[in-house]
Amino acid sequence: MTKRPGMLTRAKGAALPVLTVVAVIFMVWYAAAAILNLPWERDQAERAKVEFILTDALSNTMSQERPVLPAPHQVAQEIWKTTVQKKITSKRSLIYHGWITLSATLLGFLFGTILGLALAIGIVYNRAMDMSVMPWVIASQTIPILAIAPMIIVVLNAVGVSGLLPKAFISTYLAFFPIVVGMVKGLRSPDTLQTDLMRTYNASASQTFWKLRLPTSMPYLFASMKVAVAASLVGAIVGELPTGAVAGLGARLLAGSYYGQTIQIWSALICAAILAASLVAIVGLIGRIVERQMGFAR
Amino acid sequence: MTVISAQNLSLTFETNDGPVHALKDVDLSVEAGDFVSFIGPSGCGKTTFLRVIADLEQPTGGSITVNGVSAQEARLNRSYGYVFQAAGLYPWRSVGRNVALPLEIIGLPRAERRERVEKALALVDLAGFGKKFPWQLSGGMQQRASIARALAFDADLLLMDEPFGALDEIVRDHLNEQLLALWARTNKTICFVTHSIPEAVYLSTKIVVMSPRPGRVTDIIQSTLPRERPLDIRESPEFLEIAHRVREGLRAGHSDD
Repeated sequence: MTKRPGMLTRAKGAALPVLTVVAVIFMVWYAAAAILNLPWERDQAERAKVEFILTDALSNTMSQERPVLPAPHQVAQEIWKTTVQKKITSKRSLIYHGWITLSATLLGFLFGTILGLALAIGIVYNRAMDMSVMPWVIASQTIPILAIAPMIIVVLNAVGVSGLLPKAFISTYLAFFPIVVGMVKGLRSPDTLQTDLMRTYNASASQTFWKLRLPTSMPYLFASMKVAVAASLVGAIVGELPTGAVAGLGARLLAGSYYGQTIQIWSALICAAILAASLVAIVGLIGRIVERQMGFAR
Repeated sequence: MTVISAQNLSLTFETNDGPVHALKDVDLSVEAGDFVSFIGPSGCGKTTFLRVIADLEQPTGGSITVNGVSAQEARLNRSYGYVFQAAGLYPWRSVGRNVALPLEIIGLPRAERRERVEKALALVDLAGFGKKFPWQLSGGMQQRASIARALAFDADLLLMDEPFGALDEIVRDHLNEQLLALWARTNKTICFVTHSIPEAVYLSTKIVVMSPRPGRVTDIIQSTLPRERPLDIRESPEFLEIAHRVREGLRAGHSDD
């Protein structure tokens, strides 16, 4: 066995390309902010009947109050102000709103994983389910989530369920799909030899499930859980939109668009992206640890 | 005592290109303690026959008994250990836990499992490798581990489907020698599928020559070699004579099509 490079050397090797890409993104972002925000400066100069000086106008595009596209540092300042400099309990704290969204995301992800697993097991072990369930599962995902989210909220509200659960259900709706598809494939991934072996031992269906099908499907489970957790976050944010923008990252997005607060919208968007990336990374990490524990990784 | 008895055994697969006669009117009996090799070109039904014994395929005609009962009953009684062409170790289990798999399924207590795993690993010369994972073992060692797994629950009948087919000549010679030693020590009945003439002659007390389309038995050769067989017995005239007869049998089967 050859010794593989450690985490640190690999990180060093990846640093330059990653930093280059980040630098390019920031350059494009700044350029786009200048170009998109310039017409407003020109307009202002015209109205004030003062001479339009391009260099002054350009520097102004970086600090407008309601820019078409806020500059990166404006978004960064806003995020800093609304996370570090605000109390977590404050209604203006992004951490407060982020937690509201995160709790719905995690609950929905949990429900979605359980539902997805249950359906996948049903499909693999029950012929009737195998023939009938999959088309419905796929059909469920062709309906735009924005169209049914308000209805889920309204219907659940009518039966007295409100708050966290309706949002979690919308997350579940999006999260269960990749789990079903991944796990049906995963549970069917043992080859003929491996299943024949179980047959020669006269193993029961549940023994075959626990000792063969479930372990074999682990890589599939974690791959689909990565997709599911990101979808779950989207579901939670969408679920916050029709509730009248009370709390959560979705509410920040909606409130921002009501009042033309583009900086607020962008900072909520960036926070949602960071949250999604962290969730996917955490699921990936757990997956790697589990697979290494199981001896899959070499 | 007759362990396996097949009468007029036939198996026809229905495929899109019409029926395929994998086995046709096979009559055979295997006595306790026999080492029986099945040899023939690919498509002659030797693997299919082994799978019928193991109740992994259902015959479409004739009858078969294993240990005096139907093949299905024999499987439900766990009367045989099966070694496949590939080792097929579960990659998420250590070698020891792979060997323990059938024991877990039978429901033996942990202490007894450990004892039996150690014994089985020692039988195939893998003592001390229990904690390794399959990918840490060479192909030959993996195949030995799979033999240990088949030996673990101590069935009297061992069914082996070209277990050494994918290994190189040197490893194969070594494993053949070890297999003979193991057979002598354990007194098991072994059914062994191969397409190597020297392997079949070296190992067997009885060689079943088969031919394809339809798969059937063309010759059954009772070996005259002693049970004690050093590797260089393969140079002896007696050995060469049996090998010659096997080759003739294979050729006769081929001239039919």
